[in-house]
Amino acid sequence: MRFQGRVWLFGDNISTDLIMPGHRVLARPGISDREAAQFCMEANRPGWAQQVTPGDIIVAGRNFGCGSSRPAARLLKALGISCVVADSIARLFFRNSIHIGFPVLICPGVSRIFQEGDIAEVDIETGRVRNLTRGVEVQGEPLPKDSPPYQILMAGGLDPYLKARLAGERRSP
Amino acid sequence: MGFTMAEKILARASGRPQVRPGEYIWARVDGTAVIGGRGLLARLRSLGVHRVWDPDRVYVTEDHLAPPPSVEAANAAVEMRRFVREFGITHFFEWGRHGIIHELFPHHGYLAPGDFIASIDSHSTSYGCFNVASCPINEELPLVLATGEVWLRVPESIRFVLVGRLPGPEAFVVGKDVILHIAGTYGTDVGLYRSVEFVGPGVASLSMPSRFTIANMGVEIGAKFAIFPCDDQTLEYLRGKMRREPRPVSPDPDASYAATYTVDLTSLPPYVALPHDPGNSVPVDQVAPERIRIDQAFIGSCTNGRLEDFRMAARILKGRQVHPQVRLLCTPASQEVWRQCLEEGIWQVLADAGALITSSTCGPCPGLHMGVLGDGEVCISSSNRNFQGRMGSPKAFIYLANPATVAASAVLGYIADPRVFL
Repeated sequence: MRFQGRVWLFGDNISTDLIMPGHRVLARPGISDREAAQFCMEANRPGWAQQVTPGDIIVAGRNFGCGSSRPAARLLKALGISCVVADSIARLFFRNSIHIGFPVLICPGVSRIFQEGDIAEVDIETGRVRNLTRGVEVQGEPLPKDSPPYQILMAGGLDPYLKARLAGERRSP
Repeated sequence: MGFTMAEKILARASGRPQVRPGEYIWARVDGTAVIGGRGLLARLRSLGVHRVWDPDRVYVTEDHLAPPPSVEAANAAVEMRRFVREFGITHFFEWGRHGIIHELFPHHGYLAPGDFIASIDSHSTSYGCFNVASCPINEELPLVLATGEVWLRVPESIRFVLVGRLPGPEAFVVGKDVILHIAGTYGTDVGLYRSVEFVGPGVASLSMPSRFTIANMGVEIGAKFAIFPCDDQTLEYLRGKMRREPRPVSPDPDASYAATYTVDLTSLPPYVALPHDPGNSVPVDQVAPERIRIDQAFIGSCTNGRLEDFRMAARILKGRQVHPQVRLLCTPASQEVWRQCLEEGIWQVLADAGALITSSTCGPCPGLHMGVLGDGEVCISSSNRNFQGRMGSPKAFIYLANPATVAASAVLGYIADPRVFL
């Protein structure tokens, strides 16, 4: 699972209130992910969601996705962001991402080796992150291959994972 | 080497003799909640999930948009009720008997000391104040509903050793000030991926509501769990409510902590978190001289919307008026709190002062309804987050404080030290 793409650089403590504004999205339970995604980062970077092109990568500082447990990763996925790499990632955002099959990587120091617009290459399985524009790289913390989150991510998210698991249990009760 | 509280609870919940930080485990939950119904039935059907692992341990309500301000919200609630019927859920709270789930959970005895809980909404860390290892979840809800299990990486533990005595509600310094102090001093990621344990002789001086607020905002310092030990106050609060025997845990003397911080409660002042981060917290006397004008004051949320909170507000507002250019919203954490405030005459005091009293809802805290902020507005709030855009307009400014500080500011029209009303 390896991605190459243009980097959008974000700072520390990007909250899920910024990624998925409550008054725009949670107040409207019928809204689609695609529609809701247009409001991503509206408060801190107006117009950003409209500039994202599929395959772009988010590189961020500490505690990315902090705060509310709302399913904010869905909106980044709907925008076509291929993965998020950050110095650290808030626990709920991390889990939510894995469970929708959206690749995320914790990589201390990554925010220091990128500037916005650089081209990144991210290997989710080995944790290797390279800045192809500047020729530097940094090692992240990949998931152990025998861990449930790795298996869920590789299955494409919780839904396919759970379907397979429940089908298996029905076959051998 | 001994074990922390989290390690003991996770060993039991995963059926292992012991667990150590870094291990991945599957753990069986003692209870979980469902809030609202957006897309839930369709997702469960598509997964082939037609029953929950234990209909008696799934607690359902709609607290974020209660009652619905729109057709979309009403339709999500229709789906929630259909889920309740089709899955034979036994504990469902209709509006009028409802509350924010985090207030309902302990009040109805859906937890007991020593439990492991994985439940929806980030403030599920709250239950840790009852000696429970409780972590928030979201996208994995169908997994928990179907199997009663969740995967976890066993966290490292850190501890805050509380010493001295908290001044307490009588002196307008409560749990909110402890956690804002911690967020400001140690950072909003000090607890990231970790179990945060609050121990030490100072714990006894914290009321259960104060402990609740600290554990509730544990997620604001990144915590997976925010756990207190079990003592007489814990058991007294839960007496007659619990549905099972408590299995309290305490840390072993030689348990391993990745970090230990000591907090002296005795001299702690009220704190205020400045926009736009809970970690931007300072003692109130550093802000009060600026006389920061406010438009809205909000007392409510799962963080600080309980009887102890409205009692403090009523002490300040008795015989006084809310400032002419300020609106004071009072939103209890549950309808049970609403009833308690009615019985104690608190609503009379607040209504006489010109406050707006609402039914229980998450409402204004995440910017959903009944108190959303407009452009350029300033709000002082007893809730938990002041991120940009949190309560509505991205051009609004939110200050976090304890309910006494909110009430004092509502009277004076600017952010004020509540201790001037002592």
